Amino acid sequence: MNRRSMILASGAVLIATPALARQPGQPASAIQRWGLLIDTSKCSADCTICVDACKAEMGLNGHGRPETDAQYVRKIDIKDPATGAAHSLPVMCQHCAKPACVDVCPTGASMKRADGIVLVDRHICIGCRYCMMACPYKARSFAHEEQSGQKPYLPRGKGTVEGCTLCVHRVDAGLEPVCVESCRAKAKGAMLFGDLKDPDSDIAKRVAREATTRIRADLGLEPGVRYQGI
Amino acid sequence: MLARLLLVVMLMLAGGTAAQATDLPSLPKARGGTCIEAPATMRREHPDMLKHQRDDTLRLGIRGAKASLKDCVACHATSAADGTSIPVNAPGQFCQSCHAYAAVKPDCFECHATTPAPVKEAAR
Repeated sequence: MNRRSMILASGAVLIATPALARQPGQPASAIQRWGLLIDTSKCSADCTICVDACKAEMGLNGHGRPETDAQYVRKIDIKDPATGAAHSLPVMCQHCAKPACVDVCPTGASMKRADGIVLVDRHICIGCRYCMMACPYKARSFAHEEQSGQKPYLPRGKGTVEGCTLCVHRVDAGLEPVCVESCRAKAKGAMLFGDLKDPDSDIAKRVAREATTRIRADLGLEPGVRYQGI
Repeated sequence: MLARLLLVVMLMLAGGTAAQATDLPSLPKARGGTCIEAPATMRREHPDMLKHQRDDTLRLGIRGAKASLKDCVACHATSAADGTSIPVNAPGQFCQSCHAYAAVKPDCFECHATTPAPVKEAAR
């Protein structure tokens, strides 16, 4: 390699786009496995910043009926009756490696993308809600009403099931989910997003070093969302 | 035989006068430059293009496809006098005027956004 080609090669490295954003035309790949690590010691019971940010990002304008209004992430307060230890944690789609919602779907609408993000293909969802019953995390919602004011990156409509997409539109653009971003910007930064399969990523390093748990790990669904402190 | 021929000729005449009597759809002009394909191709092929693209994007995660409903809406939505976008499926707008003429109901907009993203969000 001569001097000129060496300089050209180094320039090419400099202008390359960040590794996180996938190139246009490239499919999601199983080389990656997106996940979340949530530190409940940094999550206070009265804080709903991640929930509010999610609703704003996804255009989830409810109808004042909390029982049936769509929610992609919700806050859960838990207490150990033996010790009185209380925790508050956000629970969203856990993006399982072996998702029960995908197993039960009769049409193939409930699906797992190659990089581990679990989605609903609403083009073929018939609204039977088997996935909602199968999910042990109550992560999915059903759109009961005709929708308006959807975001261009998040189509949603009456008669279909929906849930947390791990902000797939942002992840594909090299950003992190809006709950993670808002928690870091406005709260205590309890959430960490990253590629669990990349040994150099912050999340993979922390998962390898520190004790983490998955909710209902006994079910063997292998969620991509891990918790600390519960 | 002759009666059948006469019937066919009469039907053709009737069809011809009906087509002239019906108002052809008048489409608002697009915001952007040239479309991804010639108008004749787009008129015939756009449902197939979008149906192929939707599976690639959602199920495989391929972004930046040539055909994109988001880009259709971004280019073909018109603005009202106060600067807000008019939904593409509103009467007389790009999608609806032609679909009303062809008597075909597009289901896209039961879920998909009918107006482009505001400038702040357009980068996504």
